[in-house]
Amino acid sequence: MNAEKQDYKVVVKNLTKYFGDLHVLDNISFNIRKGEFLCVVGPTGCGKTTFLNLLTRIYTPTKGDLYIDGKPADPKKHNLAFVFQEPSAMPWLTVEQNLRFGLEIKKLSKKEIDERVNEIISLLGLEPFRKAYPHQLSVSTAQRIIIGRAFAMNPDLLLMDEPYGQMDIKLRFYLEDEVIRLWKKLGSTVVFITHNIEEAVYLAERILILTNKPTTIKEEVIVDLPRPRDVTSPEFVEIRKHVTEQIKWW
Amino acid sequence: MAQNTKTRSNQNNERIALIQKQRKRTQVQNTMLAASGILGFILIWQIAAVSGLVNSRYIAKPLEIVNLFIVKLTDPNPDGAVLGVNVMSSLAVSLSGFGLAVLIGVPLGLFMGWYRGFDSFMRPIFEIIRPIPPVSWIPLTIVWLGIGLKAKAIIVFFAAFVPCLINSYTGIKQTSEVLINVAKTCGASNFTIFRKVGIPSAMTLTFAGIKVAIGNAWATLVAAEMLAASSGLGYMILMGRQFGRVDLVILGIVVIGAIGLVISKLIDMLENKVLGWKKL
Repeated sequence: MNAEKQDYKVVVKNLTKYFGDLHVLDNISFNIRKGEFLCVVGPTGCGKTTFLNLLTRIYTPTKGDLYIDGKPADPKKHNLAFVFQEPSAMPWLTVEQNLRFGLEIKKLSKKEIDERVNEIISLLGLEPFRKAYPHQLSVSTAQRIIIGRAFAMNPDLLLMDEPYGQMDIKLRFYLEDEVIRLWKKLGSTVVFITHNIEEAVYLAERILILTNKPTTIKEEVIVDLPRPRDVTSPEFVEIRKHVTEQIKWW
Repeated sequence: MAQNTKTRSNQNNERIALIQKQRKRTQVQNTMLAASGILGFILIWQIAAVSGLVNSRYIAKPLEIVNLFIVKLTDPNPDGAVLGVNVMSSLAVSLSGFGLAVLIGVPLGLFMGWYRGFDSFMRPIFEIIRPIPPVSWIPLTIVWLGIGLKAKAIIVFFAAFVPCLINSYTGIKQTSEVLINVAKTCGASNFTIFRKVGIPSAMTLTFAGIKVAIGNAWATLVAAEMLAASSGLGYMILMGRQFGRVDLVILGIVVIGAIGLVISKLIDMLENKVLGWKKL
């Protein structure tokens, strides 16, 4: 049991959150393994974003707590990275400066920052845009900067909140593959929130299905399909149907 | 993949080049329009004055103004100082008052907008000072500081300070919550977020405030000089009135306008440096 516990990157214990009288999260407990790719799906407005904001301490929980490596989550101590739903590149910084942003806050050495930023730039093919500002780029490229900025942190835990919510299907496939590539290469632990079930089945090793408010975990679905996954294969379709049923159930 | 990126990079460069070309064209057009606007205005003025449409007691001809400008460069009559001295004395007052307003108003606004406690502490004082017309400080400052540079600079300061503070306050208040959260999740302290996210976000509005401030500074300067001074452009205008010299009054106005334009352009240049990313 103890050895197993060591492997958990994130432990969520009896997490409960009220906003005034509004009961958003109800006594949620689960664990995330180190290096796991976890997708969280649930109906709109079920508190997915609240959950992420609790992890990063933008909100504090009403009851219960979240532990990263056995210690209460704290962005000052832990190396977290967050990809928000909305465009969140700093508009006054170039692509390169945006990638450096988090690393400079963490006060890494210049050499280390240079190395990491160059690696991400070449991994994401951003070299031609190094000196460009976000508003000069297409929406998808701007979003890639944000994903790059998150991975550049070498995060203990990478949180993604519907990062592809506003993109068309082609870009989405392209960026989903990109995230998988980065995740495999850098070995980060990823929590990916989405309302797109196909996306969840395509990406996840494990899917958490949430209920409506007050939110609890309805079911955990293990997805052990080989990668790259084929969205038309019968196994894929079956898992997708199952998850859809579970969300629809109430 | 590499080729793909290369084509995309080329496309992007082409796009940027195209936009810059188009922008240059509109820029040339705008300059031409602006120049012909001014020329047209002067022409109508000259025609109105020469044709006797307007009584020459009320308005001087543009050519007379140019003439007087040249004369005033070396002749201290009738107000007691050559144009250069008047300009320098006005510049000294307006720039020291305005500079002080920017140096104090902008940081104060930024801090008030960011730190709630500081805001609650400062806001009542500021709200009391804000509606007081700057000119109403004139009698007090004369009693305290006489009619020298310091007194007038203080009055100019009051006029320029308010827009500097309000705009940087509003600007930093509008910092995007998402960008703050980005820095927060990176583990940044509140002060780091203030420095790295808040201040850059506030710059657009801050510069708008600074431009309003320089306008206010000049407006108040002339009023201050009209009441208590021994040289300066406002003083020159006042003397022009007393001696019934319309041309002197108009020369003062034109010079103030021209200096205002130059200073605005200087502020624009600084703005381009700080906010250049917006204009690429």
